[in-house]
Amino acid sequence: MQRRVTFDNRLLPYLLLAPQVAVTLVFFIWPAAQAIWQSVHLQDAFGIRSEFVWFENFTHVLSDPNYLDTLKVTVVFSVAVTVLAMGVALLLAVLADSKIKGARAYKTLLIWPYALAPAVAAVLWMFIFNPDIGSFGRALRALGYDWDYRLNGGQALAMVIMAASWKQVSYNFIFFLAGLQAIPRSVMEAASIDGAGPVRRFLTITFPLLSPTTFFLLVVDMVYAFFETFGTIHALTQGGPGKATETLIFRVYQDGVVNNDLGGSSAQSVILMVIVIALTAVQFRFVERKVHYA
Amino acid sequence: MLTRRKLALLTGAAATSALLFAATLPGTALAQQKTVVDFWHGLPQPLGGQLEQIVKDFNDSQQAVQVNASYKGSYPETMQAAIAAFRAGNAPHIVQMFEVGTATMMAAGPAVKPVYQLMQETGASFDADAYIPAVKGYYSSKDGKMMALPFNSSTAIMFYNKDAFQKAGLDPNKAPTTWPELIDAAKKLKASGSSCPFTTSWPTWVQLEQLGAIHNTPFASQANGYGGLNAELKIDAPVYVKHVQTLIDMQKDGLFKYGGRDNKPDALFPSGECAMIQGSSSLRSRIIKEATFAWGAAPLPYWPEFANNDPKNGIIGGAAFWVMTSPKRTPAEYKAVSQFFTYLAKPEVDAKWHMDTGYVPVTLKGIEIAKAQGYYEKNPGADVPAAQLTRTPTTENSMGLRLGNLPEIRNIIQEELEKAFQGQQDAKQALDASIKRGNTVLRNFERANKG
Repeated sequence: MQRRVTFDNRLLPYLLLAPQVAVTLVFFIWPAAQAIWQSVHLQDAFGIRSEFVWFENFTHVLSDPNYLDTLKVTVVFSVAVTVLAMGVALLLAVLADSKIKGARAYKTLLIWPYALAPAVAAVLWMFIFNPDIGSFGRALRALGYDWDYRLNGGQALAMVIMAASWKQVSYNFIFFLAGLQAIPRSVMEAASIDGAGPVRRFLTITFPLLSPTTFFLLVVDMVYAFFETFGTIHALTQGGPGKATETLIFRVYQDGVVNNDLGGSSAQSVILMVIVIALTAVQFRFVERKVHYA
Repeated sequence: MLTRRKLALLTGAAATSALLFAATLPGTALAQQKTVVDFWHGLPQPLGGQLEQIVKDFNDSQQAVQVNASYKGSYPETMQAAIAAFRAGNAPHIVQMFEVGTATMMAAGPAVKPVYQLMQETGASFDADAYIPAVKGYYSSKDGKMMALPFNSSTAIMFYNKDAFQKAGLDPNKAPTTWPELIDAAKKLKASGSSCPFTTSWPTWVQLEQLGAIHNTPFASQANGYGGLNAELKIDAPVYVKHVQTLIDMQKDGLFKYGGRDNKPDALFPSGECAMIQGSSSLRSRIIKEATFAWGAAPLPYWPEFANNDPKNGIIGGAAFWVMTSPKRTPAEYKAVSQFFTYLAKPEVDAKWHMDTGYVPVTLKGIEIAKAQGYYEKNPGADVPAAQLTRTPTTENSMGLRLGNLPEIRNIIQEELEKAFQGQQDAKQALDASIKRGNTVLRNFERANKG
């Protein structure tokens, strides 16, 4: 049975909705529409001359071999960040959920990184990994390992992946911990009595019961990796060396803000928007089927 | 997009409230009101404070004009802020723009009021020939008219660690003047235990743009872009290929260390890690503050076989002041701007700025004043940048670059160099790839700014 709320005043529901609609219009629909408009125009930096060019910006972007490289980097980066951030968070949450001394202290400490702005976090990472001034970077070099992310693309990518995941681990940790605590003790105890070991209990009970949380975090982390890692990359590598750590969102910034190419940058934004909408749709359509809502 | 919108809205709101405020004032008070000039700059501390001090000196020197200086973030951020404000119809009166934004500003047409025109219209006397030719050339239009007011200029020079030279058995009072000499010095430094004999800041600006000017070789066709928007990069000339290949080889041999993009490598010299660095002359003040060893400054080395032993002047970096237009600008405001510019153009102001900050003097008289005050005797090596900028008359290739979206081209070249330093390609391939990608950028700029 459906519950319905009825309003006596016919205007009131619209009035109550208005703030939310206004926020969506101003901060989402308007900029998005602007991006679409820009993406089919060629404009100089000052907006004095503007020419309608159909889909030229899109063909230009999509036929650029560097753009396809950037796409590859983005896929590697996003998948790695999502897997790493979720895997580590789940491991830590399971450990912190067990009956150990000082669990509360661990939990608090594990949540801390989330309070850091991405750029600040990135600067901290730089002080650790910089080959000249970073503590760990210098140690690596002293041990004879040729660590220099300024010239080694693989090392640079590994570093931004680590930095970006580390930031998201805390967030995932909170949700996993909450999810774990919601699992009824009785079920676990029953399984224990039936002789199931910790691994088996995790695989057959914990993980399936966590699936709504996991699914939610999958979507959130994917979006995080796509859109919110800009600060980390900007502060650590600026997309280099070469284009080894340039993700789609970083390139949107680079082309739009630094290079003043609003048309090309907007076309990329639109492509990015389509990719994320598609990804989310796929996730809801296919992955969610396997999700078990308690 | 979002921040740009917000910025526009905010500046709009600020301007409206200022107007309302002005409208409520009684007429008599309005008549005595100073003309307010907004001035956006991109110099962080301590330089920003020193610039604001000059603005304050000007404000105190007269009653009619009040210049409000505000820091808008780094150079690219200042540029973005000015562009966004212009689009919203609220451009500041004056904006400080870095040298690579010059072509963009010149192509901006109605958004910018050329300085020569401003001075003419307001009846102010302005002598473009008072400026160092390399400075004047950079900010002049095709027909030699000054488009912006030069202010803080730098150039690329070399700094070297005299203690490290001594240790390696090199003469600490003689810096290498040619590239073969530099390579020899680097080898000796390496043999004496240096982990980084040589590095460079601003890889594109120093190793390619300056290289072209010094060896009188075009960086791009159409006289480095001065001749028109249809310029194409020409950095596959032998001197560029030879030079970049040398850097790649030196890096393999441990004689050169790539320290990152833009001015990131700056830190490697004052810390004592790198024995030689080529970078902006404005690095000087940082070295004075941080270095704990004896050091010297020298001009950039050259290739004897390409320079005919007659290296030309280097080109400038730094920034200049541009006058922006706005729909509600009044003649009185332009007059106020021109008053401010007349003050800034004084050789005494220029010389003081040069001696306080380490930027090069932009006027010929400014150099004279610094000399007369004994500045160069007290600060050995401080005359190297100006000497390198003025050592020869400027040629078509040493006047500067006038290429659209130069910041993007610089980044492209840095990316391709990084790929080469990783061993993915050789010098020729890196430069060819840079030309291909750079020309695409130039063609886009040409299309967007035509007609």
